[in-house]
Order: sequence, then C-alpha cells, then structure tokens
Amino acid sequence: MDSNWQLLLDSLWPLAKGAITATIPLALISFIVGLVIALFIALMRISKNPVLSAIGRVYISIIRGTPLLVQLFVIFYGMPSLGITIDPWPSAIIAFSLNIGGYAAEIIRAAILSVPAGQWEAGYTLGMSRTRSLYRLILPQATRVAIPPLSNSFISLVKDTSLASTILVTEMFRKAQEITASTYEFMLLYCEAAAIYWIICLVLSALQNSVEGRLEKYVTK
Amino acid sequence: MSPSNTTLLSVDSLHKAFGENQVLKGIDFTVHSGEVVALIGPSGSGKTTALRCLNGLEIADSGTVGFDGGPSVSFEAKTKPKTAQVLRERSAMVFQGHHLFPHLTVLQNVTVGPIEVQKRAKDQVLAEARKLLDRVGLAAKADAYPNSLSGGQQQRVGIVRALMQQPDLLLFDEPTSALDPELVGEVLTVIKELAQEGWSMVLVTHELAFARDVADTVVFMDGGVVVETGPAAQVLSAPTNPRTQAFVQRLLHPF
Repeated sequence: MDSNWQLLLDSLWPLAKGAITATIPLALISFIVGLVIALFIALMRISKNPVLSAIGRVYISIIRGTPLLVQLFVIFYGMPSLGITIDPWPSAIIAFSLNIGGYAAEIIRAAILSVPAGQWEAGYTLGMSRTRSLYRLILPQATRVAIPPLSNSFISLVKDTSLASTILVTEMFRKAQEITASTYEFMLLYCEAAAIYWIICLVLSALQNSVEGRLEKYVTK
Repeated sequence: MSPSNTTLLSVDSLHKAFGENQVLKGIDFTVHSGEVVALIGPSGSGKTTALRCLNGLEIADSGTVGFDGGPSVSFEAKTKPKTAQVLRERSAMVFQGHHLFPHLTVLQNVTVGPIEVQKRAKDQVLAEARKLLDRVGLAAKADAYPNSLSGGQQQRVGIVRALMQQPDLLLFDEPTSALDPELVGEVLTVIKELAQEGWSMVLVTHELAFARDVADTVVFMDGGVVVETGPAAQVLSAPTNPRTQAFVQRLLHPF
C-alpha cells in the first residue's frame, strides 16, 4: 500500500506538468481560435446570402457529423499523403479549433438570434452600421446567452484534448500512459489523471459562475 | 408654436408590398417645419410601415422621401438599406417597444450614438444628456440599467435618446401602445412639451384625444392609402370621409 501512495505522489508532478504545459494551453488556444472560426461561421449561417449560408451549413454538418478522433487522424496521419506534414501540436490545435468552430457556431448563431430584432434597428437609427451594431449592441447581449453552452463546450474540450495523446502530443493522459508502461499501475494512474481532469473542470465551472454573475448585472432580479 | 410654411419633409407616392400583401398603395403627405403630424388609422392600415420608410428601416418599393435641403431617397425595388440610411441624418425614431440597450446604462444609451457614431465632443454630449434626462425627470436614473425602470421611464429615455441625435424630425411609432394605462400620461406629457417647443414630428398613435390636442395635422390611413388629411380638429371632430367617421366613432365609443 505504501508504494502505491508513493507512486501517486511521485506521479502527481509529471501529470500536473502535463496538464499545465499541454492540456490547458492546448484547450485554451484551440478554444480561442475556435471561437473566432465559430463567429464567422455563425455570421455566414445568418447571412441572407444563400452561398455563404450554405457554406456555413455544410461546414457545421461535416464537423458535427464526423468523430473528433477521425478529424485528428485526417489532419495528422492523412495530410502527409497530400504532401502536407504537420507536427503533433499544430495538428491538435487545428483539429480542435475546427471542431469547436463547428459546434460553437450553432451556439453563437442561436445567441445572436435571441437578441430581439429591435436592438439592431435601434442601432441603425442611431446611425450605426451593421458591424458596429453587432459588436457594440448584439454580441454583448448574445454573450450572456452563450456563456453557459460555451462553457459546456470548453469543458468538453479540456477532456477531449486527451485524444491528442493518439497523435503523439504529450499531454496529461499520455503522460499517465507513459508512467503505466513501466509501473503497470493502470487503475491508479488513470484514476489520478481523471481526478486532475475533474479538478480542472471544477475550477472552470466556478469561473463560469462568476462570469455569468458579472453579465447578469443589467438583468432585473 | 404653430408650424411654418417651410416644407421639412415630403413623402410622395410610397408603395410597399410584403410578398402578396400590398401594404402601402401610394402614400403622400408633407411635414412643415414645427408641424406635428399624426398618422392614424386601423391596425394593418400601413401607418407604421410608412413611418419606418421615413427612417429607412423599411425599404419602399417605389416613391420618394425627401427632406428639404436633402437628403432625399427615391425608392425602387433594388434600393439597398445603405442608400436609405442617409434619412437618419435628419430624423430620429422612438419605438413602440423603446428598444433601449439593456447592457448599457441610461446615460450610455442616450450618448452612444452621439459619441461613437456622430463623434461629437464627449463632455458636451454628456452634459447635454444629463440636462435632457433631468428635463424628463430621470436625472437620478442616469447610471441605472433600463430593466430597472418602469415602462414609462424607459420610453422617456427612448425619447431622450432620439433627441440626442439632434434630428430635425422626430418619428414616434405608437410610443404609448406598449405601456400600462397609468404610465401613458407621463410619456404623452413629454411629447406634448416637445411639440409646444416647436419640434417637428410624425406620430403614429391610437390616442385620438392626444392627437387632437397635440397634432396640427392628422393623416388618416386605411388599406394602404391616405383617406383624409387635414387640421387635427377638423379630421377628428368632423371627418368628411365615411371611413374616417366610422374609425373615429369606433375609437371614441368602443362599446
């Protein structure tokens, strides 16, 4: 039993390091890039231009209709046969960003549409352009609606980064696998990794609550 | 203050259809400087659509909306919203549902246009805004969020927001229709004061008593056409057209 405790403690830092240097940055960067993609896809979906709208719809359909693991493999293992070789890290970021781009686009689209049309019109009558109305009036209100489902996506993404272990990114889960390779303590290491994922997600949930609270200030209680 | 003889806005032969539904079938009227024009008529008569065309919120299929000295917009089917937005240089809109921005304070609501779009000097804009808020009795609410205000207060902020645009023409789209009855008076009082100060306005309203009190001219619309136009007292008290007579009777004696 003693040796188990020792292993648990000894592996804590390597796993935490994997989380800090890979899992968290991977999730964060991919999420931010993904949100930018999502905003553009959402605007294309909303657009009255049938071509743009169709492109947005097809993109979302492909992303949602295919497994994330397959998307990762296509980019990392598949692209080289087209002469495009991408390193593990950038491959992971590209795949996760494109994936978030598809899922978050629907969230952002719904959030934008939840803001009454009168808000756009009021902006126009003040002389605002579409773009200015969007970022000054609509997006701040849409954000309030989008925060809960976007937090959900982000929390999912944090855990999905474990898939990057399959394309040689040494994130937390791969670190755990490496340790089991020499110790054979599968249960211990995988539960320890699970616990760390859980703790990260608890922190994120708390963060979500505080952001929601800040955005609620203009809503009558 | 009585209106001058100077034409401020001319509306000529506005046509507008939503799909098969021909909402405006040739609307003409004129607003003089300092004149209060009330657009009245049954629901579905096209008065709100006509008002929205004046501000470029709706693109008419044909017809002209022109301010004396410009801008003027001749509508056609291909007219882009961008083309019609020049009308907003001289007119400002007060909406039925006020459409205040819930994420901005009252003061930010009324200054965001002048500061960020018109690029006027911030200090002056803020001072002017506080003065106007004080005028409508809402100085204390400057830093409140709109959702903490009553409907009547919200609509008064909506009016200040329109005034802050420094327009030549105020457009009111049923400004009291969404309000509880006991809050109607406070909004109408503000509009009446503005009328007495000489503001030019076009007012879509169902408040006939108010129209008779405040409007110089009444334009009665029905079925997408102007049925009768004339001095408020005459059109509302002694209408000549049978449709106007029936409408006025119905509103004055609903039961």
